[in-house]
Amino acid sequence: MNKFKIVLNGIVNENPTFVQCIGLCPTLAVSTSAANGLGMGFAAMFVLIASNVAISLLRKRTPDEIRIPIFIVVIAGFVTVIQFLMAGFTPALNKQLGIFIPLIVVNCIILARAEAFAFKNTPLDSALDGLGMGLGFTLALTSIGTLREFLGNGTIFNITVTPAGFQPGLLVILAPGGFITLGVCMAVFRALRARLAERRGRATPEPASGCAGCAVCSICDTAKGGDA
Amino acid sequence: MDLLLLFISSIFVQNILLARFLGCCPFLGVSTKLETARGMGIAVIFVIVLSSTMTWLVYHCVLVPLHLEYLYTLSFILVIAALVQFVELALKKLNPALYKSLGIFLPLITTNCAVLGLAVINMNENYTLLQSIVNALGSSIGFLLAITLMAGIRERLEQNDAIPKCLRGLPLALVTAGLMSIAFMGFNGMIR
Repeated sequence: MNKFKIVLNGIVNENPTFVQCIGLCPTLAVSTSAANGLGMGFAAMFVLIASNVAISLLRKRTPDEIRIPIFIVVIAGFVTVIQFLMAGFTPALNKQLGIFIPLIVVNCIILARAEAFAFKNTPLDSALDGLGMGLGFTLALTSIGTLREFLGNGTIFNITVTPAGFQPGLLVILAPGGFITLGVCMAVFRALRARLAERRGRATPEPASGCAGCAVCSICDTAKGGDA
Repeated sequence: MDLLLLFISSIFVQNILLARFLGCCPFLGVSTKLETARGMGIAVIFVIVLSSTMTWLVYHCVLVPLHLEYLYTLSFILVIAALVQFVELALKKLNPALYKSLGIFLPLITTNCAVLGLAVINMNENYTLLQSIVNALGSSIGFLLAITLMAGIRERLEQNDAIPKCLRGLPLALVTAGLMSIAFMGFNGMIR
């Protein structure tokens, strides 16, 4: 595959948030402001690139049966690294994101890419895939964060952009707003994608069910039974 | 009394799905059928209570005495993964009937952020062992409650043909979850 295409794939065609619909917990929880979204996106991107490269380097020595535990240990190691880095260099952001930094370990995007891409491709390709997926995730988080911050607080990156009389809808940055905003964004993204496909004369892409892109899909019977 | 308060608040006020955003993947992925949702919920109760106890013991009896607190992410996820695997094996051997109904959800639960998230919350809040178990039990019952309600709603939504195509499935499920979350916000005034 073309190197550039690998990167682009993560941003558009297989965007983790809007197309594959995985890693939704951090997306919902930290997208309360644009800066939080950006910070979380970069943290996840760091772990994603590092773990993809490490797993790709180890892929010939990793026994098939215990690959998932090995992936998890590698990912947890890099998450501990980013926890230290963030606590040292960006303490304020670290406090804001709180529990969701250690939870990068169980972010489905990272495990899913290890399983679906890094385990089968060269380290360079895996690094590029990590970059693309990380950028796609960052882009989604930042855009949802910007939208929520604008509607719920009247600011973008902590800069007031609305006129003085604007009454922000606080609900948007509270918990329910996260679900509703993401749902609406996803619907808009799907509608645009379907229209684009129609214009190009292709079939409408089948939307993901929510757990189809999950990392443990290959060992999980829920998806196989067809009832999930 | 404090324990009772913690229990109630972890079910309703700090609902693990609708207020804390932990465990959204199964919440949205496995909530299309009432039967499966219930199975998943019960399996989650089982695993969360066990893993919270184990991680509490690991943190307070191993990591703290050795001054290795910074390794908590790594050790918690290992403990959880090993525990889930062990439960799966034990269940298969001891109670095949229960394994058949719960076993399929177990691999899914290893990488569920609710399990690790709750272990980390218990650690951050400095709960005692008893408080951790009560918090774990309450939170996982809250999970069961939310996922069952969601599945009940989604089963009906599936039969509605008037929904625009781009909203079907996940987007509408997310909006529904948002409305449920608003309803759960009403419990905020209940405690305090």
